[in-house]
Amino acid sequence: MRRRDGPSAQVLLALCGAGFLLFNFPLLLIWDQPLTVLGLPLLPVALFVIWVGLIAALAWVSASRGGRGGKEPEKHEERDG
Amino acid sequence: MIQPGLVLAVSFGYLLLLVAVAAHGDRRADQGRSLIDSSFVYALSWAVYCSAWTYFGSVGRAASGGVWFLPIYLGPMLAMLLAWLVLRKMVRIARSYRITSIADFIASRYGKSPLLAALVTLITVVGILPYIALQLKAVSAGYEALTGGLGQSDAAWWRDGTLYMALSLAGFAVVFGTRHLDLSERHEGMVAAIAFESAVKLAAFLAVGVFVTYGLFGGMGDIWARAQAQPDIAGLLRLGGQGFEGFQGAQWFALTLLSMLSVLMLPRQFQVMVVECVNERHILRASWLFPAYLLLINIFVLPIAIGGMLIFGDGGAGAESYVLTLPLSQGAEWLALLAYLGGLSAATGMIIVETVAVSTMVCNDLVMPALLSSGRFARTGGDLTRVLLNIRRAAILLVLLLGYLYFRIAGEAYALVSIGLISFAAVAQFAPALLGGMYWRGATRAGALGGLLGGSLVWAYTLMLPSLARSGWIGAGFLDGPFGLAFLAPQHLFGLTGFDELTHSLFWSLMVNIGLYVGLSLRGRVSAREASQALLFVEVFQRGQAQPVFWRGRARLEDLRRLAGRFLGAARAEALFRDHARETGTALDSLTADARLVDRVERQIAGAIGTASARVMVESAAQEESLSLGDVLEIIDEASQVRTYARELEEATVELRAANEKLKSLDQLKDDFMSSVTHELRTPLTSIRALTELMLDTPDIQPQEREEFLNIILSESERLSRLVNQVLDLAKIESGMAEWHNTDVDMKALIVAALRSTAELFRERGAEVLADLPEQVPMVLADPDRLTQVLVNLLSNAAKFVPEGRGRVEVALRHRGDELVVTVRDNGPGVAPEDQAAVFDKFRQGGEAGNRPPGTGLGLPISRQIVVNLGGRMWLDSQPGQGACFAFSLPLRSKGGSDDG
Repeated sequence: MRRRDGPSAQVLLALCGAGFLLFNFPLLLIWDQPLTVLGLPLLPVALFVIWVGLIAALAWVSASRGGRGGKEPEKHEERDG
Repeated sequence: MIQPGLVLAVSFGYLLLLVAVAAHGDRRADQGRSLIDSSFVYALSWAVYCSAWTYFGSVGRAASGGVWFLPIYLGPMLAMLLAWLVLRKMVRIARSYRITSIADFIASRYGKSPLLAALVTLITVVGILPYIALQLKAVSAGYEALTGGLGQSDAAWWRDGTLYMALSLAGFAVVFGTRHLDLSERHEGMVAAIAFESAVKLAAFLAVGVFVTYGLFGGMGDIWARAQAQPDIAGLLRLGGQGFEGFQGAQWFALTLLSMLSVLMLPRQFQVMVVECVNERHILRASWLFPAYLLLINIFVLPIAIGGMLIFGDGGAGAESYVLTLPLSQGAEWLALLAYLGGLSAATGMIIVETVAVSTMVCNDLVMPALLSSGRFARTGGDLTRVLLNIRRAAILLVLLLGYLYFRIAGEAYALVSIGLISFAAVAQFAPALLGGMYWRGATRAGALGGLLGGSLVWAYTLMLPSLARSGWIGAGFLDGPFGLAFLAPQHLFGLTGFDELTHSLFWSLMVNIGLYVGLSLRGRVSAREASQALLFVEVFQRGQAQPVFWRGRARLEDLRRLAGRFLGAARAEALFRDHARETGTALDSLTADARLVDRVERQIAGAIGTASARVMVESAAQEESLSLGDVLEIIDEASQVRTYARELEEATVELRAANEKLKSLDQLKDDFMSSVTHELRTPLTSIRALTELMLDTPDIQPQEREEFLNIILSESERLSRLVNQVLDLAKIESGMAEWHNTDVDMKALIVAALRSTAELFRERGAEVLADLPEQVPMVLADPDRLTQVLVNLLSNAAKFVPEGRGRVEVALRHRGDELVVTVRDNGPGVAPEDQAAVFDKFRQGGEAGNRPPGTGLGLPISRQIVVNLGGRMWLDSQPGQGACFAFSLPLRSKGGSDDG
């Protein structure tokens, strides 16, 4: 069984790196403002939204696992020898 | 307030329900319809991560630190992004080598070292005690909050309800985790119960959240709007600093990293994620369902915390029981009871899985080696499965009592979250050895030992001991440095200040850990067993089924049988040998105790008593040759050679099969050809014979009639000889025996000549011929007679198929790139797509069988053979109803480069 039957390692690593950046210093300070979104404080809302985004991305990547291995179009040699 | 009797009754009823769920899960497993064989249940079982700490502690943390409760759940999110890569490898390794605990995993990787297994187990036991104490504290505090009872810490110890709760939980864990004599299989019932508990605690927490947010307040926005009137609450939801100043970025990062590692390294997580994994494909969906669960259970943490502070006005002092006190204060007693059950679920789930996991380690990695080294035990040959089970039961009880002890000693001094983090930091010490061992072949046992030992000592010194000192069991002067040495102050090593105690401890311990791990690994030499285990772990995905067996020596079958029987029980031992006999294709009595069988027995025993102990047992039962590093390399070499042979054999088989198919179809073709030829020969022969007989029988035949007959005979004979010539011709060309007289040929002149010789044919059919020939084309090297044969064949074909009287044939010559292309296009009926491939086959004529024009059906195959022999190719473009276009190309090449046959 090859690695191809799941999401690609590169995509997952990239997502993890992005998550680490988004959830940490200093990008976190962007949301540390006295603002509200729909009456809710910005910082927790931002954290939860990023969280939902990462879950959605992971779910999407996991679901479309066949995308790389299975759908390779088969080229036929049309030419008659 | 709720009557204590009711609380106890409901709790007890709930625990009984859990037993029922577990029993159902076990029954379904026995029937082969596993309840937990679903990614959904698998993900729910992972949620054992959310213990009472999450359930009660998060609200407490949120009330004092705002969003600071979150990093503990963001870390697992990040870890889950890599679950498909890392966790799947852990599962595959554990499955392949029958690994049942994290101590086993690490010890097995570094040469099945008993010392390493014992060390990991010790660290786990010591590190996990605060965590178990936390659960006890949470449930007993919850009970007090619910019943309004005062703290009973001043009562005598035998009247302490927490002790009895610890004991009853121990009994519960014993029932769950050690129900089976069968030690190495999964605990299906336990996992089903854990998944059920996860669902209950989520539902209960959400119910309280909805009640507070929408029952007591008008939604989250309302809570926040009211909170802003109170500056101390309003300030909570900021990071608590001015930009870069003051914000504890390092602590935030440390918490994220810590929880990211813990979610894989905690004994209970390892148990549910790795050991209890039914199917590794479930990881794919569970890896996003689990963070989604964490998100859901955290959504109402802030509203409950802030809402509680607004209602009670206590500044968050009692926040750790808001989940219970908020519904209770509003008279919603049943909701409070449900919330308590949720908390009970969180605590019991954690305790059950954790103690089962830890008891496996204690039994396999601490007790077993001690027992095995005592000679008396090793000599008695009886079935040990029951002994093993009892050791595990005792270990569960012991771990819970130790947890209770820690609760009595240090439990009062800390908040729930701080206690939990001490445990997190302890298990994080496993990360370098475990993760490094999975990807770095060069890591050695010495490195792992050094790193683990160093890291955990630093952890104990900087985090565990201060927690005891805080509660007064060690002199408080210890916190300022032992013996007055200020630079050794456990929470400010070498004067390093500015970190909180957790970040400080994590930084030093992981630095020492990784430093020793890498440093010792780099300078140390590896033993053969370490090298072979490293290979088996790191390359677990590359090897597939054909794994090399690193064992040499002699063993006796009855010794192996006895060994397996002792640790697996008679029935499973029997099944093991039967399976082996079936897979190797030998009879059960004539099995040989070869390396593969020894390896198999060792693995199965390892599932019951751990890899290190299994190694010791096999060593004692067989006469082994110790392997050198060279032997290991040799075995790897052999294994890869076997693999290569197997692959080559497979390829060769495929090739042979293809060749056989081809031969068969060639044979079929030959038969078809023969029958076609004889059929074609018979028709003219029949008419010749019939006419000849007729003339013989009628001597007085009219001269005019006779001449007519003779003409027919002549033309039929000509047709016969033409056919025979063509068959011979084709055979010659195909076998490469034909003679070729290649010279430089002017293609244009050849076409003009061919057109002239076929002009009569076209005139008869009333067809018009258009030639589109360029002024000048390069010469080609070819046999002019053969080429003329091709051209005449194409032209006469076209003449045959064009419609009578209005036919139109176009002949074109083009110079394209490095080849000449000749096309002959007609306006006949064309060739249906399904027939196009067949027109070049022998005896396949175009058109319906009934109305096809006369011909041998060999013209096109011969033409194609000629063109192919001259290095070109011939093809057909045709749409039905729009005529056919036969074309061939010839390469331009110098005379020297020819390879005429």
